[in-house]
Amino acid sequence: MELREKAKQLLESGAVKAVLGFEAGTHGRRRPLFARSAEAAGRLVWDQGCEQNLASYVTRKEVKRLGRMAVAARPATLRALLQLMAERQIKEEDVLPLALDDAGQVTELASAQAIEERLALEPQQIPAKDRELMDRLKAMSRQERFAFWQGELSRCIKCYACRSSCPMCYCGHCTMDCNRPQWVPVPSHALGNQEYHTVRAMHLAGRCVQCGDCGRACPVDIPIHLLTFTAEESVHAQFGQGAGASAKLDYALSTFRPDDKESFIR
Amino acid sequence: MAETFEPKITAFVCNWCTYAGADLTGTSRIKYQPNVRVLRLPCTGRIDFMLLAKAFSRGSDGIIISGCHPNDCHYTSGNYHARRRWMVYRDLMDFMGIDTERITFSWVSAAEGAKWAELVNEVTNKLRAMGPYVEYKEMVAAGVE
Repeated sequence: MELREKAKQLLESGAVKAVLGFEAGTHGRRRPLFARSAEAAGRLVWDQGCEQNLASYVTRKEVKRLGRMAVAARPATLRALLQLMAERQIKEEDVLPLALDDAGQVTELASAQAIEERLALEPQQIPAKDRELMDRLKAMSRQERFAFWQGELSRCIKCYACRSSCPMCYCGHCTMDCNRPQWVPVPSHALGNQEYHTVRAMHLAGRCVQCGDCGRACPVDIPIHLLTFTAEESVHAQFGQGAGASAKLDYALSTFRPDDKESFIR
Repeated sequence: MAETFEPKITAFVCNWCTYAGADLTGTSRIKYQPNVRVLRLPCTGRIDFMLLAKAFSRGSDGIIISGCHPNDCHYTSGNYHARRRWMVYRDLMDFMGIDTERITFSWVSAAEGAKWAELVNEVTNKLRAMGPYVEYKEMVAAGVE
């Protein structure tokens, strides 16, 4: 079934109070749409331009107030929803993910288990372009990598779009806004940017679902998503768990195994 | 006359093992190099990665992090949590081009006074050979008007 048809059906039957999807925006772009009536559902579209991870909205208070919500979802959105369930930010019954394939066909995933099963069919992969840049960076010398990131981060204006776009950055009070003590310098100078992006990546280690929305949201095109990808890959490689794989996942950095293997502590 | 470079080292140590171990180094009259500034925290689990960033931004050339051996944590599992954090942190820092060679992790128990002296000497000699952490200092200076 197609998205519009499915959305109308769900809204008319009262199964959900709203359908979160995309509509046509300006300049041929797509923008999020909260369809709350069958009429509004007629404006829903689904194509390659609908890249944003809509899971970043479902934790917001004003969105939660709308009631049970169907969410048009790509695999990354599904992972984000599962991770939010694992972190107890949303309840299984709060959302109804509508998994869409490339042909625009909808599958309703009514339970966390259904989402997990669907995700098992589509192995998670970092896009080839990002993978290539990550490999290129890892092949560089440390000094070159430092120079690369200093160059990239020098463009950062600390607009915090990466934080806003991230489905996992839902904290009501963020370290960045904390000024007693002032952990991270406010200005977007070299040190402020370096520390901000370190904090962001560390706070997302073991939680990043690798949707890449932070990189897409960046107005100055810094590949910041590679930082969280790297932290996440490190967790996955060393502790054998990936964010968004299950609704019953313990946060990798608040648990441990006595036999965790490292080679650098003397 | 050219002055020889003396590295500034910040050591974050836990109250129960390494701090007591460093104390033992002193009471045992073992001498070690004076380049290290010891900061005592309740547990290695308390050592946030931001503390390291602050140490570097305030001019440290190297950092030592030390606490109880696995299984010996006063709070049962603080050092296990810390270990996981550092495993990820090192990978991320390396990817960002931060010199992870300047950060030394170690387990020093309250009975290992000699190991503490050895550790500090070793790290000091290594950092003296490496020189000041110029890259980081330049980055910090770039932000000061």
